[in-house]
Amino acid sequence: MAELGMAVPSSAGLSIDRVTKRFGEQTAVDALSLTINPGEFVALLGPSGCGKTTMLRMLAGFETINDGTIQLANRTLASADTHVPPEQRNMAMVFQSYALWPHMSVADNVGYPVKLRGLRGAAYHQKVQQALALVELDAYADRMPQALSGGQRQRVALARCLVSDPSVVLLDEPLANLDRHLRATMEHSFRDFHRRTGATLVYVTHDQTEAMALADKIAVMKAGKLVQWGAPETLYRQPRTAWVAGFIGQGSQLRVAAGHPGKLLEGAALMRGLNTIKSERTQSVLVRPEHIQISAAPASSATPIHNQLAAQVENVIFRGERYELSLRLPSGEILLAYHHTAPDLGSQVAVDLQQGWCLEPEQ
Amino acid sequence: MTPALNYDNKDGSDNKYGSQHRWLLSSLLIAIVLLSLAPSLRLLFEALSDLTQGRQSPLWQVLNSASTWRALWHSLYTSGLGMLIALILGSLFAFAITLTNVRGKAWLVFCFMLPMMIPPQVTALSWLQLFGPASPLLKSIGMAPPLGSPQPLYSAEGIALLLGIQSAPLVFLALRTSLLSLPQELIEAARISGAKQTQVWGHIILPVTRSGLIAGGAMAFISSLGNFGIPAMLGIPAGYYVLPTLIYQRMANFGTGVLAEMAALSLLIGLLALAGVALQQQLMNRSRFGLGGHSGRSHDFTLGSWRSLVTATLVGILLIILVAPLLALIISSLVPAMGVPLNAETATLNAYAEVMGRQGATWRAVNNSLWLAGSAAVVLMLLSLPLAYRLQRLPERWRGVVLSAIEIPYALPGVVLAIACILLFVRPLPIINVALYGTLGLIFIAYLARFLVVCVKPVAASLAQLDPSLEEAAQLAGAGPWRRLGSIILPLVAPALFAGGLLVFLLAVNELTVSALLWSAGNETLGVLIFNLDEGGESVLASAVSVLVVIMVASLMLTLSLLAPRLPKGVIPWQS
Repeated sequence: MAELGMAVPSSAGLSIDRVTKRFGEQTAVDALSLTINPGEFVALLGPSGCGKTTMLRMLAGFETINDGTIQLANRTLASADTHVPPEQRNMAMVFQSYALWPHMSVADNVGYPVKLRGLRGAAYHQKVQQALALVELDAYADRMPQALSGGQRQRVALARCLVSDPSVVLLDEPLANLDRHLRATMEHSFRDFHRRTGATLVYVTHDQTEAMALADKIAVMKAGKLVQWGAPETLYRQPRTAWVAGFIGQGSQLRVAAGHPGKLLEGAALMRGLNTIKSERTQSVLVRPEHIQISAAPASSATPIHNQLAAQVENVIFRGERYELSLRLPSGEILLAYHHTAPDLGSQVAVDLQQGWCLEPEQ
Repeated sequence: MTPALNYDNKDGSDNKYGSQHRWLLSSLLIAIVLLSLAPSLRLLFEALSDLTQGRQSPLWQVLNSASTWRALWHSLYTSGLGMLIALILGSLFAFAITLTNVRGKAWLVFCFMLPMMIPPQVTALSWLQLFGPASPLLKSIGMAPPLGSPQPLYSAEGIALLLGIQSAPLVFLALRTSLLSLPQELIEAARISGAKQTQVWGHIILPVTRSGLIAGGAMAFISSLGNFGIPAMLGIPAGYYVLPTLIYQRMANFGTGVLAEMAALSLLIGLLALAGVALQQQLMNRSRFGLGGHSGRSHDFTLGSWRSLVTATLVGILLIILVAPLLALIISSLVPAMGVPLNAETATLNAYAEVMGRQGATWRAVNNSLWLAGSAAVVLMLLSLPLAYRLQRLPERWRGVVLSAIEIPYALPGVVLAIACILLFVRPLPIINVALYGTLGLIFIAYLARFLVVCVKPVAASLAQLDPSLEEAAQLAGAGPWRRLGSIILPLVAPALFAGGLLVFLLAVNELTVSALLWSAGNETLGVLIFNLDEGGESVLASAVSVLVVIMVASLMLTLSLLAPRLPKGVIPWQS
């Protein structure tokens, strides 16, 4: 076990190689591989039941693995016949319920990991004080956890994580129990925490906006399998499948007769592909609302300009900074677009698509 | 590079990793389960062993004896009648206290539950002081019947009445639990659909809580069947024997010579009781099924102008079943001799001075009981935490099996457990050659077996409520298994552990049924003492001891009630 202050890198890379976990008949995580660099902030994202929490618990060591290996800086933590118990992995975790020990004060909660590592006296108090200062809770050291608000408990849990200089910090849906306003504040403190400590962070969430806002890289999971692994920008701009496209961000999926999976279609090619007969339009394309321009309808909708489509306004929702429009295309498909004014329901508008991303067909 | 620390994990299918602490805890668990089952298995073996002898076998002889069937009938009659009385009293209080806005609910509940915790021999003694020609209370107010008139309680109906009062709290609890789990929305939905209060009762409340009522009745019946104190104090003087007193009488007259027959008799009661327990548990499970919504609140039906009348009725019943007998008991303890009325001249504290001051059998019995109950409580508290901790990690099906195994010595009537323990220890222990029969050691072992489940259940309930991430957080922080048990789990379940220990003490210190068969000269317990004093005609002394016992019981119950806010629901038997 790493003694505090020893020359162990405070953060280390994690390599997850074809890790599989079965609960009886059911496969919770299926041959998942990820390489996480030291100091990276990684989110495991997916709908509930996709295996992301199981993956996190295997990283922590609360679950054994059936197949594959988990390595931390070249040290094997788990494989089919190896299992380093959680207390020897030098990791830390923020639990969904915070898991603050109700019989210990805030300072005792935070100091417990370093106390176990044999730190006593002035050095101990200094360490605890530093950790509490980092989350701006130094004034609350003697309170009991029950006397704190949700956000403050969250920060105590964070302080407890960083006090022992862990190699990896795991976060299990830490914002799930907080209200919207507090979420924004806590997202900020997570980013801040990551910047200051440089720790390797693995963050589990089902909320795509949370993952996009926080993580350097996101692993999108579905039914125990990794669907896509990349930076938030990549996931947003170049989603691999229709499912990822629907899960992350807003947008519409249209059928076109152009392009192939993994290719960007420019406006002209996209419009040509849309103006083909139905049977030839076999390729799914994702069009984000910010790539749609709307103008007043031409005098006669029967004679479309080559670069524009006519569409009917089906629904208008006020979103504050803009209006969100549902438009029905002549083909019957629905297109989601933004506009700064609200057209009348049922009126005709001209639509100009600037680009679209071609998706893989769903298996 | 070599991996720093590898832990072999042969059984990769589960998420626990083998190590020394798990082996230790598992062996402890297995040892305790075997020890819990040993007495019952020994009894079963003894009762069935000589079946090959045909008509000569003890079981055959017992089944052919008229006294067996008479006692069985007496048992069923008194317990059945007692169950009816318990059902009436228990459901009246449960409905009134849980569903309506009567006054002083907390006190009504406490007073109604008190008879359950008062030892049966004390209940019997206090009622005996209330009636009959020698009653000091009746003498004092000049209403005593003439000398020579019979004591009305020395009868089957007298026994049934006291059994009913003693087990009414069981019905109350079962029904109250089932009423509290009734979601408020179910009632509100009925009201909004146009049902009147009375219709809500008939259409919603009664059907939903019916299984709770049946389960409570079954519990009252089993508890009455195994009761020894009441039929012993009221039945033996009248020559009216039920199964437990029949065994006691035979053992008192013939000693260990009739053990085989007594084992057969015990098997009879044991099977009867276990069948009842099985029935009751099935019904309890059914009464708990999937009622969603907000529950756990009382439903405050407004009684309007009836409120005072209903409150007065409940208080009146409590005055009759609790206050009057206790008053009679106190008065009896203050007179110089039975039959003397209490007034300013006759009042004396001599009996208390005798009980507390003299270093005789009385003091010795008090001493024995305090030591037995105290050390049983301490030992069981020490065992309960590791046991419950290991139990928590078992698959649910196995957890049920283990809990049932350690429940058996508690669910069996005390007489049955006592006979089983005699069978197990009547010969000196092999190898170490120590004879336990006739010593306090045997009573101690019987108490450990009987009350283990009483101590384990609150701890297990508390552990089950604990957020598992609290322990996982400590594990990630670097705490090993023993460290986690000591610095995280123990402080968090301490209130439940303490409550379990107090409950064991409360039950063990007044215990009569087991010790009635296991005691020997010099090894009396408090329960046996009251029984013996009364049998020897020393009613005044017996009353004084009983008053002290009631004070002790009530103060232990109050202590536990103060702990209640820090305990999981259902830990304290008189609260739900």
